[in-house]
Formats: sequence, structure tokens, C-alpha cells
Amino acid sequence: MSDAVIISSRIRLARNLRDYPFPNRMTDNERQEVAQKVKDLMCNGDFCGYKFLAVSMEDLSEIERVSMVERNLISMEFASPQKGKLLITTEDEKISIMVGEEDHLRIQVILKSFDIEKAYEIADKLDTELDKYLHFAFDKRLGFLTQCPTNLGTGMRASVMMHLPALRESRTVSRIANNLSKLGLIIRGAYGEDSDPAGDMYQISNQVTLGISEKSAIDNLKSITEQLVNSELKTREKMMESVEYQDKIGRSYGILITARIISYKEAQKLLSNLRTGICDGIIDSVELHTVDKLMQMIKPANIMKIKGRKLDFSERDKVRAELIREELKFR
Amino acid sequence: MKCQKCKAREANTHVKKVVNGEYTELMLCSECAHVMGYDNVFDFDVPDMFGGLLQSFFAGALPARSGASRCPECSSTFGDITNNGKVGCAKCYEAFFEELLPSIKRIHGNTSHCGKVSASGDFIEEKKAQNTENEIEDLKTQLQKAIEEQNFELAATLRDKIKEKEAENNE
Repeated sequence: MSDAVIISSRIRLARNLRDYPFPNRMTDNERQEVAQKVKDLMCNGDFCGYKFLAVSMEDLSEIERVSMVERNLISMEFASPQKGKLLITTEDEKISIMVGEEDHLRIQVILKSFDIEKAYEIADKLDTELDKYLHFAFDKRLGFLTQCPTNLGTGMRASVMMHLPALRESRTVSRIANNLSKLGLIIRGAYGEDSDPAGDMYQISNQVTLGISEKSAIDNLKSITEQLVNSELKTREKMMESVEYQDKIGRSYGILITARIISYKEAQKLLSNLRTGICDGIIDSVELHTVDKLMQMIKPANIMKIKGRKLDFSERDKVRAELIREELKFR
Repeated sequence: MKCQKCKAREANTHVKKVVNGEYTELMLCSECAHVMGYDNVFDFDVPDMFGGLLQSFFAGALPARSGASRCPECSSTFGDITNNGKVGCAKCYEAFFEELLPSIKRIHGNTSHCGKVSASGDFIEEKKAQNTENEIEDLKTQLQKAIEEQNFELAATLRDKIKEKEAENNE
């Protein structure tokens, strides 16, 4: 039942090569040298049982780069077309490595399920193998050494993306945010402003990386996530009893399948309602994964990527409505 | 480089953002950045925010206790690190260990790693212990010399120092 609430689980490891200065002190040559080293190691045949592809940020168009940010594949910081910024991914984009971000390597695993341990297992194996060849900067007292001291220790950020419309409506999210920070966790709107998280999507992750083992951090995150899932589902159950709420979902669906022009913000809001409606059994003609796919597809750069060219606001709003109608039409 | 907004003052703030799928980079002076609201919350720019954070930790300016003025590897000064909130290289953590420790403690509430150990680690702690031992050896030689010269006042100070260092090393 957790897929009613959980969108994805993610692990990110920050790693640096001990023989090079951190990115802020690197020359362009050193950047390219490190990128080449990692590419040679990972992209010549299989690495760790995976086939990896590499792409240089400077070879990509702006639309493609921003679309990667929208897909959570790369960070904002990484999206500028600088020399030596290399993205290495598996074809399904489950595993990705940013070379030349804030640290030399950012190893990332994203699974579209509630399985933080599995994501860590994959990242851990890859990390161990990479360390054999690249020799990461590590200290017994401070752990993995990172450019920013906030990542020292395990260098691990574990996070879960959650859809929390009911907890948001009942203002629970803002109430528990403080308590979470006492537990070393942080919750924030995944997109848009914290006070108005687009599509009711939240990301919860560990804040502390030094003095807590990977396993403890993951267990901690997992147990809090489970509590949030239960609380969200219970609150939804209560909400569902009201006809007003059912009406809101029905109308959202109605607009989505008939609109000819729709803004990003409106689409996110309506898709969020539709998602809840599917989980609660109010809507049974649409699959959950279709909505999740649409939530990604309707982002501005992703739309332009699909169309293969730059589009202005009003063009995008028309294409967006078209894409949504196409995906949601009765099959 | 001049600020892109006022085109007069020197730019010192680098803003990267995505608005409706369009990526923009701006070079601004701090005044314009303030007016445009870019000095409080950078959506994705956590490291820059941290820059301010780390700086404020050291606003009271601790004296350099590790003794190093520059990192021997990348030649960063401790000022460089607090100014941009970014550590220069792995060796900086060794060179400025004492200075960095308080802010590390403030961030994590902890200063000892627990978890995965890398196969290729360099160990600051072991080196520190080694350094202290070397220092003790050095003090002992000085003590011997002071006794020989019958400089008992100096000898007493040295003896206390040695005791202190030894206690520190056995902690």
C-alpha cells in the first residue's frame, strides 16, 4: 500500500579522489583528467555488472540539461555547461554518477519504490569497487572527506520522495517539521516553495552524516517514513468520507481529460488530486504509474525535450494539455 | 566582472536558477542581489548558504592552533575555507583540524565517524598521535638540556608540558 504515498527512494554518496584537490581548487585540466579517469574505468565494457553511458554537460543543449534537473538526475549546480562535468548513468537512469559536482563524485541510486536498503546496497557495492581504483579521500576519525563539512562521515544522503496531500491539508507537515529535525531528519517540498510544495510532493532525508552509521541513518529514515505513510493514509481515509472531497477529485479528473490549455502549476495540482483519487478507489480508469509519468512529463523543460525545440509559455500550456489528454484517454 | 544588473559595482554573487524550464546564471553585486532577494534562500545552492554559516561560526576568530598557515597540499589558508565555506582538499582537514573541529561539531553534533571504512584511507588521528609523540621527544631533549644547564625554572615548565602532552595522548 506504500506506493499510494511513496514515489521513490534515493541514496547519494559524496566521494573525492585523495590525489586531487576538491573541485573548488581544481584547474580545468585536473577536472578533465578526473572525468577521463572515471569514464575510462566505468565505460569500457561492464562495470560492477552494469553497462554505463557517459555524457559531457558541455555537449548537451540547455533544454536537455534542465530536463535532467527536472528528472532529479542531476543537481542545479551541475547543470551549467562547464568543462569536466561528466554524467555517467545506466540506461534506465537508476544509477547515476555526477563527476565534477560539489565533490569529485556523487554516486546516486534512485528506485521507484520504498526500498532504501536496496538502493544503498547498489550504491555501496559500486562505491567499494570505485574506491579500489580511484582511492577515495578517507580519514578514520572524520570518515569520507568532502568539500563541504556538512557531508563528512558517511557522505550519504538517503531520501524518500512522498506524496502527502492529506498531511499537508491537515497542516501536519509543518507541525512535525521541527520534531523531525531533532531526529536528524529534514522534510521539505520536493518542488517549488516549501510553503506551497507543488503537487504535494515532499522529500524527507537524513541531515547528519558524521557519527551515525549508514545502517542507523537508513533505519531511522525508514521508521519515520513508515509512520508518515500510516498517518497520511489514515487522514486520507477520513477525508474520503466527505462528498466535497470526492467532488474535488472528480472535477480535477474532468479538467485534466478535457482541458486544451493548462499551466504547470494547475496541472501539478490536479494530477495530485487525481493520484489521491486513484489510491482511494474514487477513480479506477487510470493507472497510478500513468499519473507519476505525467507528473514528470509536464515539467517545462521535459515538454520542450519531447517536442525537440524551445516553446514559449502559451505554446507549452497547449502542448501540456495535449500530452495529458493523450495519456489519460480511455484505453 | 561588473554586476549584470547595475553594471557599475563589482559582481560577487553568482546566482543559478531555473525558472519555467529556463536556466539562467546571473553575476550580481551584493547590493543588487539583496534587492532581488537572492541573499536569503538559494533554492538549490546549499553550499553557498553554508559559506555564510561556516563564516559566522568563526566570526569570533579563533587563533590558528594547528600552527599551519597554509595547507601544504593545495595552499589554501584557513581564511579561504571560511570565506567560501569550501574546504580546499583532503589534506586541509589535517592542516586545519583544530580550527575545523568546532564547526564540524556544530553541524553534526559529533566528531567521530561511524560506518563504512574506505580501503584507501589516510588516518589523521594516527598521524596526530605520531606528531604528539614527536613533540614529547623534542620536549624531553630540551628538559635534559635545561637540567644540564641547571635552569630549573625552565625544567619545571618543560616537565609540566610533557605531562600535559602525555595525558593528552593517552586520552
